[in-house]
Amino acid sequence: MISQILFILVFATGIFLFARRAKTIRRNILLGKDVDRSDNRSERLKNLILVAFGQSKMVVRPVSGILHLLVYLGFIIINIEVLEIVLDGILGTHRLFASTLGGLYDVLIGTFELLALGVLVACVIFLIRRNVLNIKRFHSKELTSWPKSDANIILVTEILLMFAFLSMNATDALLQVANAGGAPDAAHYLAAGSFPISQYLVPLFDGLSVNGLVMVERGMWWFHIIGIMAFLVYVSYSKHLHIMLAFPATYFGNLNPKGYMPNMEAVTSEVKMMLDPQADPYAAAPAGSEPQRFGAKDVTDLSWKQLLDSYSCTECGRCTSVCPANQTGKLLSPRKVLMDTRDRLEEVGKNIDLGVEETDGKSLLGSYITEEELWACTTCNACTDACPINLDPLSVIMEMRRYLIMEESKSPESITSMFNNIENNGAPWAFPAADRGKWIDELNA
Amino acid sequence: MSQSIHVPTMAEMAASGEVPEILFWVGCSGSFDDRAKRITKAIVRILNHCNVKFAVLGAEESCSGDPAKRAGNEFLFQMQAMQNIAVLNGYGIKKVVTGCPHCFNTLKNEYPQLGGEYEVIHHTQLVNELLADGRMTVSGGGDFKGKRITFHDPCYLGRANDVFEAPRAVLEKLDAELVEMKRCKTKGLCCGAGGAQMFKEAEPGNKEVNVERTEDALEVKPNIIATGCPFCNTMMTDGVKNFNKEEEIQVKDIAELIAEAADLL
Repeated sequence: MISQILFILVFATGIFLFARRAKTIRRNILLGKDVDRSDNRSERLKNLILVAFGQSKMVVRPVSGILHLLVYLGFIIINIEVLEIVLDGILGTHRLFASTLGGLYDVLIGTFELLALGVLVACVIFLIRRNVLNIKRFHSKELTSWPKSDANIILVTEILLMFAFLSMNATDALLQVANAGGAPDAAHYLAAGSFPISQYLVPLFDGLSVNGLVMVERGMWWFHIIGIMAFLVYVSYSKHLHIMLAFPATYFGNLNPKGYMPNMEAVTSEVKMMLDPQADPYAAAPAGSEPQRFGAKDVTDLSWKQLLDSYSCTECGRCTSVCPANQTGKLLSPRKVLMDTRDRLEEVGKNIDLGVEETDGKSLLGSYITEEELWACTTCNACTDACPINLDPLSVIMEMRRYLIMEESKSPESITSMFNNIENNGAPWAFPAADRGKWIDELNA
Repeated sequence: MSQSIHVPTMAEMAASGEVPEILFWVGCSGSFDDRAKRITKAIVRILNHCNVKFAVLGAEESCSGDPAKRAGNEFLFQMQAMQNIAVLNGYGIKKVVTGCPHCFNTLKNEYPQLGGEYEVIHHTQLVNELLADGRMTVSGGGDFKGKRITFHDPCYLGRANDVFEAPRAVLEKLDAELVEMKRCKTKGLCCGAGGAQMFKEAEPGNKEVNVERTEDALEVKPNIIATGCPFCNTMMTDGVKNFNKEEEIQVKDIAELIAEAADLL
């Protein structure tokens, strides 16, 4: 009875902390400007199924893709086992599904064990890839300190959880044997499940008494479920949030051709007025057209989708590894752009939580991202193509360039002359517009 | 063989009450840059050879606005776009072929919302159509026999608009060996000129992007690097020069290669 109450307490605390954090994240994301992504549901659903659930873009890089698939499948399917653990914990039962599922239960437990091994092996390889092998994208400047620890904490936790699950089964199997042999302390360990993997862990626990086995089995059970609840809360503060947000991020992703950069409607109305000889330049602005900032200086100038992207990014760095600017030693890293966006959004959110009315004097552009990074982008879309969940760091870069130009008139000198040339002679170079057809004369010369 | 070619402007055509099959949007590079003008002339020779009824805007054409937009100047972009749209709509243009993937992308994707709805194709797509329809043939591609050609995907044609096959289909018509760089199609590496980089110095780094890309090309030991974009052409030409390989490796637009193979130059 006490253990049931304790369990419910642990479970409820985990859910409460996670729900509170989820609410904060939702509020932060909704600080972004509105953008309509309610169109074209069938194509969005297709992306959700293929790209998010089906991991179609992950396997483009087969090694990390297939390993990730193992962890992903393991994570999703082993959750059925967690359901049983939770119900056992609340009801005070042991292996609740064993009696109802019969032979199927053996198959399920056996499958979970195989998947647990897969997850374990994959996480060990991931740790080696991150910490031993010299893979460039895991050694960038933005991946030191916390982001590096974050990744390692996640991998170690997953390894420990899988080890606890398998140890629990190994001791359970031993207790089932003890029960069959008539040991009274093992009375409720009825024969259930098949243990294709954990049987190899049996030698670790073989010498223990029945009481010792029960302690280990219970210990692992509690470690597993407390670990899962703690992990749930941890994930919500970590880059690992992608295990949830990858799905909405993919569903609401950009469906236009990658080359399309949205036209700003606020600019369209102004340009129309400038080009219209009938327009009254002194006319009052139409109602509802309050002056707004062009482009993005801070996170609240971005759209909710861009903010969702920042929380969904798991810092894999595939974007940065294909970025032409980054590969040639420039400061720009598309991964860092999204990480900075998320970090700044967290900071803005904390200010709101603390009731800070005044601005903190910081902004995404300036305090986190420099102009040099923005001006290194070639808009080639390699980053958006490489992202396994269709995130769009390029759009964030472009919004900040818009702010630099349209609000602060800050651009490299040669870019300013390019603008002047287009304005004056309709070409980015200083050639007279009248010479545009000169090549025609040369053709027959 | 060169022959005298008449390139009608839209103004002329409209004056005589004629309507072209297609408008050739030349672009700023194609109009002013000496190297890119050779590409423009090759496209015109192909159009003329195939008896495509085309016209150009001549002095009425103006920058599409792409470099302004990508540099963050949405005002200037939309000013350009709306003025161009007024001209194009004024002539009732329905179909446009561009000599530049940046113009192609902008006209195709960004003009419609501003009132400019046209069927827009890139010149490699048009050449592919002309070859497929038998409106022109390349005579065995004489000079290309045994040559290795690698195609550098322009970002704004490939990744941005998923046009990967048309330029390759055209190159396959030449009697040459088409070799792919390790980074090609959706994984193609930028030449370094997009996003208004063409008009500024590169930010500090340890290498130029075009040098990195030229290394990709050198790996497959080509005789010719084929391009479909005047900016890429400049960047790759400079990259090849950087390695002192300009004697061995030519950088040419697909239109130039086809015009050469069909003996139009």
